Amino acid sequence: MCDQASVEKLKAKFSSAVLDVIEFRGELTVMVEKGRIVEIGTFLRDECGYDFLCDLCGVDYMGQQPRFMVVYNLYNITTKQRLRVKVGVDEQSASVDTVSGIWSTANWPERECWDLMGISFNNHPDLRRILMAADWEGHPLRKDYPVQGPDREPYQSRLS
Amino acid sequence: MALTEKMTINMGPQHPSTHGVLQLILELDGEVVQKATPHIGFLHRGTEKLSEHRTYNQVIPLTDRLDYLAPMSNNLGYCLAVEKLLGITDEIPERANVIRVMMAELTRLKSHLVWLATHALDIGAMTVFLYAFREREAITDIYEKVSGARMTSNYIRIGGVTADLPAGLEQEIREYAESMPAHIDEYEGLLTGNKIWQKRTMGVGVISKEDAIDIGLSGPSLRASGVDWDLRRDAPYCGYESYDFDIPVRTECDTFARYKARLDEMRQSSRIIIQALDRLQPGPVVADCPKVTLPAKEDVVNTIEGLIHHFKIITEGFKVEEGEVYVGIEAPKGELGYYLVSDGSPMPYRMKIRPPSFVNLQALPQMVEGRLLADVIAIIGTLDIVLGEIDR
Repeated sequence: MCDQASVEKLKAKFSSAVLDVIEFRGELTVMVEKGRIVEIGTFLRDECGYDFLCDLCGVDYMGQQPRFMVVYNLYNITTKQRLRVKVGVDEQSASVDTVSGIWSTANWPERECWDLMGISFNNHPDLRRILMAADWEGHPLRKDYPVQGPDREPYQSRLS
Repeated sequence: MALTEKMTINMGPQHPSTHGVLQLILELDGEVVQKATPHIGFLHRGTEKLSEHRTYNQVIPLTDRLDYLAPMSNNLGYCLAVEKLLGITDEIPERANVIRVMMAELTRLKSHLVWLATHALDIGAMTVFLYAFREREAITDIYEKVSGARMTSNYIRIGGVTADLPAGLEQEIREYAESMPAHIDEYEGLLTGNKIWQKRTMGVGVISKEDAIDIGLSGPSLRASGVDWDLRRDAPYCGYESYDFDIPVRTECDTFARYKARLDEMRQSSRIIIQALDRLQPGPVVADCPKVTLPAKEDVVNTIEGLIHHFKIITEGFKVEEGEVYVGIEAPKGELGYYLVSDGSPMPYRMKIRPPSFVNLQALPQMVEGRLLADVIAIIGTLDIVLGEIDR
């Protein structure tokens, strides 16, 4: 269930901030500019009906520019459509504005993203570690974090 | 005016009513909760990190251990996501889809029975616990017969299911599903009209429709807040669109509404199971995709192609086209989502699980603040959380 109409609306309103639109297996992904995510999120919620944030997570594309992607999987309860929004986050700043003011759901997933991926969220009401211990060092889901722990040799799978 | 002092108490992570290793720091003014801060992560096993170092097939057993009260729903969500990534969704044989629906609904019953048992026990209705576990035991037996394991089933596979149903099991499942409405009547007889139960649940843990959507509640908790939302109907998978079932929606938004919504859902589940059994026709249970699904044992032994495919899939897995998908299914506790990113290798580049309990638990502080300490127990129970999937 592709929602081309919302993407067109988004393009019309934020032409310079919509960087790319990808369709894969019937799912739409919109890449947008990092600095305008709050504006775009508010627009998607209020004007396009994406009132439900299913999930928020970070992906580490180590070796690429920008290194991280923050992914927002949105759902429209009325029209039952899905839309994925992505922003690129560079390694130096590793931060993006919080969307917890738009969808309260974002609070914990953003904490998790900070905890495991090391992406911080500006203006987040309560940015603490959530799954790892409070005094943990490092961010385990980063690709350069060894799967067997920081104090051991990197894991070599049979395939690598 | 009496002099009062705020008291901070620690509940869990070894408290029987927190349903696992959940820790709550509660700030109390007398018996009234002023602030609740959940602490999670005690069961974190790094499922998402581990999955980046395993082939797509090797991830399935990890998913069993997320929501361990509903393992087959977790298997199913993951397998549907991989199938979508591979583009083989339409090639799943009819029989496999029917078995999947049947198992998903048995899993829903299994999960709801544990919820009902523990929720009632927490509030003090002990009899229900024994009855609900009696019925749950029968589903565990069915699990054992189809998959060999009572809890960590690993039954639903990419492309179909592990094995066909053993002889005679269809009849057993039918008898079970037909007997279920009477059992639900029995639970309702113990609870629904019970004054104590009503006092402990009605008007407790109220969350409005707008708040519920904003905080991201899903599943029965959202439906009890008046949102007509069910992914089996709204984003059908495994042929759910062809089954006839109702979606119980309630508008009271309280613990009692969530209780009724789940019980009504259990009745619908047994209806779906009977429909699935009626349309079960003989046929293959695994898709005919030799590069992805394991060949039959006799092919491995007798043909060179079978042997090669078997060897390749076991030793190096299968390569998946570059791309990303998000698949959400209606798990017993709400929307269970899998976001998979593939870089073209035989292992997921990134797998993000959207566990329903994780998001539902977020609503706990706003539901308990201003309520009595005893209501905290009722509200944890009504959210139906499992720490296995919250902590992953």
